[in-house]
Amino acid sequence: MPATIATDNPFTADEQRTLLALVGAVIPASAEFGTPGADDPAIAADILATARPYHAAVASALSQIESTAATRYDAAYTDLDAATRATIASDLSRSRFAGVGTLVTITAQCYYRDDRVMRSLGMVPRSPYPDGFEVPRGDWSLLEPVRQRGRIYKEV
Amino acid sequence: MTDPVDVLIVGAGASGAAVAWSLAETRMRIVCLEQGDWMNPTEYPSAGRDWEARAFSDMSISPNRRKRETDYPVNDANSPISVANFNAVGGSTILYAGHFPRFHPSDFRVRTLDGVADDWPIDYRTLEPYYAENDRMMGVSGLAGDPAYPPKASVMPPVPLGRAGTAIAKGFNELGWHWWPSDTAIATETYDGRDKCINLGACSSGCAQGAKASTDITYWPHAVRAGVEVRTRCRVREITTNGNGMASGVVYFDRDGVERFQPAEVVIVACNGVGTPRLLLNSTSGRFPDGIANTSGLVGKNLMFHPYASIQGIFDEPLDGYRGPGVCIWSQEFYETDPSRGFVRGYTYEINRGRGPVATALTGMFSGRIPFGEGHHEAYRQLFSRIAGMVGICEDLPEEHNTVTLDPELTDGHGIPAPKIDYTLSENSRRMLDHAVARATEVLTAAGAKDVITEAPIGVGGWHLMGTARMGTDPERSVVNDWGRSHDVKNLFIVDGSIFVTSAGVNPTRTIQALALYIADSMKKRLADLFD
Ligand SMILES: Cc1cc2nc3c(=O)[nH]c(=O)nc-3n(C[C@H](O)[C@H](O)[C@H](O)COP(=O)(O)OP(=O)(O)OC[C@H]3O[C@@H](n4cnc5c(N)ncnc54)[C@H](O)[C@@H]3O)c2cc1C
Ligand code: SF4
Repeated sequence: MPATIATDNPFTADEQRTLLALVGAVIPASAEFGTPGADDPAIAADILATARPYHAAVASALSQIESTAATRYDAAYTDLDAATRATIASDLSRSRFAGVGTLVTITAQCYYRDDRVMRSLGMVPRSPYPDGFEVPRGDWSLLEPVRQRGRIYKEV
Repeated sequence: MTDPVDVLIVGAGASGAAVAWSLAETRMRIVCLEQGDWMNPTEYPSAGRDWEARAFSDMSISPNRRKRETDYPVNDANSPISVANFNAVGGSTILYAGHFPRFHPSDFRVRTLDGVADDWPIDYRTLEPYYAENDRMMGVSGLAGDPAYPPKASVMPPVPLGRAGTAIAKGFNELGWHWWPSDTAIATETYDGRDKCINLGACSSGCAQGAKASTDITYWPHAVRAGVEVRTRCRVREITTNGNGMASGVVYFDRDGVERFQPAEVVIVACNGVGTPRLLLNSTSGRFPDGIANTSGLVGKNLMFHPYASIQGIFDEPLDGYRGPGVCIWSQEFYETDPSRGFVRGYTYEINRGRGPVATALTGMFSGRIPFGEGHHEAYRQLFSRIAGMVGICEDLPEEHNTVTLDPELTDGHGIPAPKIDYTLSENSRRMLDHAVARATEVLTAAGAKDVITEAPIGVGGWHLMGTARMGTDPERSVVNDWGRSHDVKNLFIVDGSIFVTSAGVNPTRTIQALALYIADSMKKRLADLFD
């Protein structure tokens, strides 16, 4: 796991360690698809920066994560294996613990705008504007049966 | 005190813009007070890499999440559907998707046809010329000949069908059900100084291209050139009255937070179905202790939202994904009442093309289709660019217990009481939602979807705000008359979705604006005896 990053944020060193352990378990690196994990230093830095305004909710989620690890396994969350860490995150997210949902949302936001991840999906890493995208115009002759059926609105 | 004006409009959204533009030709002195700012389209999310993330923060559809200085909070804890809006020049059209259906002739006659709610005091034919005028001003794209409507022209060709539209259209054809290219408030050609749509796919966070017809780039430039003054960052606290029971002007906070009085001969309220009752209820006086224009007691009652069902299919082949406007095709197969379905009135399906990479991840992770940890990437790729489906927009019938009132504690940044929503989903709506989910599942299955994700009602989907100051001819049963004037206060008009008598099963904005133009025209025709 990468070392703790970014110091100019409200998260304590312990919180950052738990956060990295969590996001890396939720979206791990993949050799098959050639993608980094969400604990990659650049992505994790983006997550921490994006989470800043939600510090209170995220910090409470991290503390809930640690206490679940302690209750279930008598261990620090960061010491658990990746599969167990992912299970805890998934369970808490399913129980609709708001802070976990916020953290997972931020993780997805930051992960899926990373250049490497976008390329792996066949996307060009850029903003939609100003180049836009192509969408096929389609074949309007598909409307033929609808036309043949005729008027369906109610005259009053 | 500032100089008196002839016409004071509160709110610069969809309806405020239309009424201002139409009245401008009278050469009266017209001022519009708007609590928000002029938006800068180059700062819209689609111009940045974080475009999806910003829909969760400063460009969220929820004022409670966005929390801009220009927003006011809404207590919607007691409603299964939360309020969505935007506060700026352009109002909620800054974020709207640009689905632009008209009402149908039957929508104005639900009491006569189905024995529920009330008929409107006007009909489709009354609004027809104003629909057409609004279509020209907003720039509507579509395909003439939709058999679900009386004949209507289209200003520009329709938005593309795309892969998603093609797949789902085939599903409708398989079942023999109606579908048609949607009418949209999106320019598919360069139009009135606006660029054409380039399929950015981020319409609901503001259109950086200027193709989507938000009123800051349609009506307002014309109205301002014709002499209307828009004062931004001006939040109106209350409408004041004089000894004759006429509106005398408004008290507002200017951009420096200074309280001011703006006298006016005529006051027009255009703050939307939540902002308008809030303002009227906040405008109390000895004569109007329960709020101005409220002797009927109906201000804030009969709130209608349009409960939405979301039905999304997962397909094997890649579709449009993040590309293209959210609008595509619609179906009105289940629009008119059929008693065998177990509910009255009906709904429209609007087809969604797909979603961006982040939204795909969140849909998958929160619906349990993308696991946390091992297997994430494999499962993600089964969904990426492979989700497409539709929403069912259900007609919401007016019920007096669905209300906008003033929250006893919550206030905005100026200390003005905030609106509180109390809303329950009716049994009729619940049945309609269930029907919409079941039939859409059949369409998506016929179109080749292998799995379907549903949500009904969409919890964040309170984007259509209607009915809270209804129009009618009986002053005891309505707030404004059949041309938008308050029954109680003869120089006070309301032009937004509050005046809807019923909601129809379609998005409201084209009708809101047609009504605003109709009311403006009614005023122009009566200028000599406007207050009689
Ligand atoms: C995410 C989203 C998607 C939507 N999609 C569609 C769609 O596809 N099709 C469709 O038809 N409709 C859609 N809508 C709804 C559409 O935007 C509204 O129906 C329409 O904008 C309402 O027009 P209006 O004039 O009533 O109010 P608004 O456009 O909301 O404007 C009201 C204005 O009044 C101002 N205001 C309020 N109170 C005060 C005050 N006290 N002082 C000063 N100013 C005040 C506000 O700041 C705001 O600018 C959507 C809305 C949202 C949020
Ligand atoms: S898809 Fe078209 S209308 Fe929507 S944001 Fe992009 S350019 Fe604008």
